[in-house]
Amino acid sequence: MWGFLLRRLGQVIPTLIIVSILVFALQQLMPGDPALILAGEERGDPEVLAQIRAELRLDQPLASQYLHWIWRALHGDLGFSWRIRLPVGELILEKLPVTFQLASMSFVIGVVIGVPCGVLSAVWRDRPVDWLINGIALFGISTPNFWLGIMMILLFSVELGWLPPSGYVSPWEDPLMSLQTTIMPAFVLGTGVASVLMRHTRAAMLGALSQDYVRTARAKGLSERIVVGKHALRNALVPVVTLGTIEFGRLLAGAVLTEQIFSIPGFGKLVVDAVFNRDYPVVQGVVMATALIFILLSLIADLLYMAINPRLRTA
Amino acid sequence: MSTTAAKTTGSLAIETGESPGRRALRRFLEHKLAMFGLVVVVIFIAAALLAPWIAPFDPLETSWTRIRKPPSLTHLFGTDENGRDVLSRVLFGARASLTAGVIAVGGAVLIGVPVGLLAGLGGKWLDIVISRIADAMLSIPFLILAIALAAFLGPALENAMIAIAVSASPIFVRLARGMALEARSTDWVEAARALGNPIWRIGVMHVLPNIVPPLLVQATLAIAEAIIAEASLSFLGLGQQPPQPSWGSMLNSAQRFIEGAPWLAIFPGLAIFLVVLAFNLVGDGLRDALDPRSQRR
Repeated sequence: MWGFLLRRLGQVIPTLIIVSILVFALQQLMPGDPALILAGEERGDPEVLAQIRAELRLDQPLASQYLHWIWRALHGDLGFSWRIRLPVGELILEKLPVTFQLASMSFVIGVVIGVPCGVLSAVWRDRPVDWLINGIALFGISTPNFWLGIMMILLFSVELGWLPPSGYVSPWEDPLMSLQTTIMPAFVLGTGVASVLMRHTRAAMLGALSQDYVRTARAKGLSERIVVGKHALRNALVPVVTLGTIEFGRLLAGAVLTEQIFSIPGFGKLVVDAVFNRDYPVVQGVVMATALIFILLSLIADLLYMAINPRLRTA
Repeated sequence: MSTTAAKTTGSLAIETGESPGRRALRRFLEHKLAMFGLVVVVIFIAAALLAPWIAPFDPLETSWTRIRKPPSLTHLFGTDENGRDVLSRVLFGARASLTAGVIAVGGAVLIGVPVGLLAGLGGKWLDIVISRIADAMLSIPFLILAIALAAFLGPALENAMIAIAVSASPIFVRLARGMALEARSTDWVEAARALGNPIWRIGVMHVLPNIVPPLLVQATLAIAEAIIAEASLSFLGLGQQPPQPSWGSMLNSAQRFIEGAPWLAIFPGLAIFLVVLAFNLVGDGLRDALDPRSQRR
C-alpha cells in the first residue's frame, strides 16, 4: 500500500509542475504587451512602463520569469489582481467556501437521485423503468447547465415567484435565505452529476449482478432485497465512490456559468469576471487552484478506493 | 451431392461471414434512437447550410417597430431586443455551433491521435513525457481550460475553436496511446517491427485502422460537448462576436429580458439541447453498433 502511495505521489508532483508550466505559458498567448494593459491611461509614459516591466520581471528571460513566478506561487503568492489590486490567493480563498457550499449541495442532490436510479434501472434492465431513467439521464447530459438555469429562473422566479432569481446569502447569516438562493443552482448542477452517477451505477450494478456470488446468494434463497442491497450494491459502489469524488472536484470548478447566471459570488463568477476585466493573474490563479483541487481529489479517490476495496490493501 | 454441399456452406459463409464493418453498419441502422439522432443532426446541418435561403428574415436586420414581439405567424420565434427575427438568428446560429463543434473536434483529433500514437509506439521516455502532459491538461476541468485559453487568445469564434480543440485533445491522446500499446503487444505488429518497418508506418498501417471505431464514438460524443463549450464561450462573450448570431450569445442577452420576453431564451436553448441530444444519441448508437461485445442491438 505504501509503495502504491509513493508511486502515486511520484506521479502527482510532475503533473503539478507541468500544470504550472501550462498556466504560466497561458500568459504568452496574450496578444499585446501586458505592461501596456496594466499601465492603462499612463501607457504613454515610458517610465511607468519600465517600472511595470521591472516589477513583473517582463524584461527578463522566460525561464527566469517562470522560476520567479513558481517560487512565489509555492509560498502561496499568486500575484495581484490587476483590477482590484488584491492578492489573487486571498480572492480565491474568499470565494472557495461559497463554491464549496454549492458543490456540496449539488453533490448531495446528484447522489440522492443518481445512485438509486442507477440501481433501479440495473435491477429492471430493459424494462420501461430502465428506459425512462436512461431517457431522463440522457436529457440531463444533453441540457446545457446555463440554459437549464435560465429556464428554472423563468419558471420558479418569474412565473411562480417562489424563489429569488439570483443573489447569494451566506448560511451563517440566514440559513433559510441561503437555502433559497442556492437551491436552484445546486439543482442545476446536481442534475448533471446525477446523470453521470446514474450511468455509472447502472453499469457497475449490471456487472455485479452477473457475478457468481450473486447467483450463489440467490441460490441460497436469500430475498432479492438482500441480494441486491447487500451483495451486489456494496461491490458496485466501489467504482462509484471513486467517480463521485472526481465528480465533486468537477463541481468545485465546473460551476462557472451556473454561478454567473445566478450571481453566486463563488469560484466560477470570479473567473468569469476576471475574463471580462482581462484580469489575467486571477484567471491563471483560478486555473492553478482548480487543477490543484482536482489532483488532490483524485488522490483521495484512489485512497478511498483502496480503503473500501480490501483486495487492494495488501498489494 | 457435392454441389449442394458447396451451396449450403456457401450460404452459411454469407450468413456468418458478414464483415465487421457491414455488421456494425446494420446494427447502427437498426438502432432506432441513433437513427432519430442522425435525422436531427442532418436537419440541423441542412438548416445551417440552407440558412440564407430558408431564413424568413435577414438575421442582422434591426427594426425599432418590432422590438421584443412574442411569437406570431410572421415571426414564429418572436423578435429580439433589436427587433431581429429570432427564428432567422437561430437558423444562422446553427452555422457557428456546428462549425465550431466539428472543426474543434477535428482539430482535437488531428492533435491528439498522432501524439497519442507517438506516446504508445515511440518508447518509454516519450511515453512518460506525453502522458504526464496529457494528465496535467486533464487535471484542469475542460471548460475552465477552454475559458482560460480563449480569454488569453482574445475573443473571436476562431480562438474559441482553437481553445476547445486544445482542451479536448488529451482525451484523444489517451485513446490513441491506449490502442497503440494494445496493438504493440500483438503478433502482427511484432512481425511488422521485425521486418524493419519504421514506427510511423506501424502507427498508420497497423494501429490507426483499429482506432477508427472507438475514435468515431469518442469524436461524436466530443462534438456534443464541443457544441456546449462553444455556446458557453459565446455566452461569456468569448466566441462568436455580435451582431453575428450564435446560440450562446443569444442566451446571454436573453437573460436580461427573461421577465418580459422568455421566448428569447427558450428557442436558442432548445436548439442547443436538441443538437447536443442528437449527437449523444448517434454516439451511443455507434458505440453499441461498433462494440462487438455489446449484446444490445
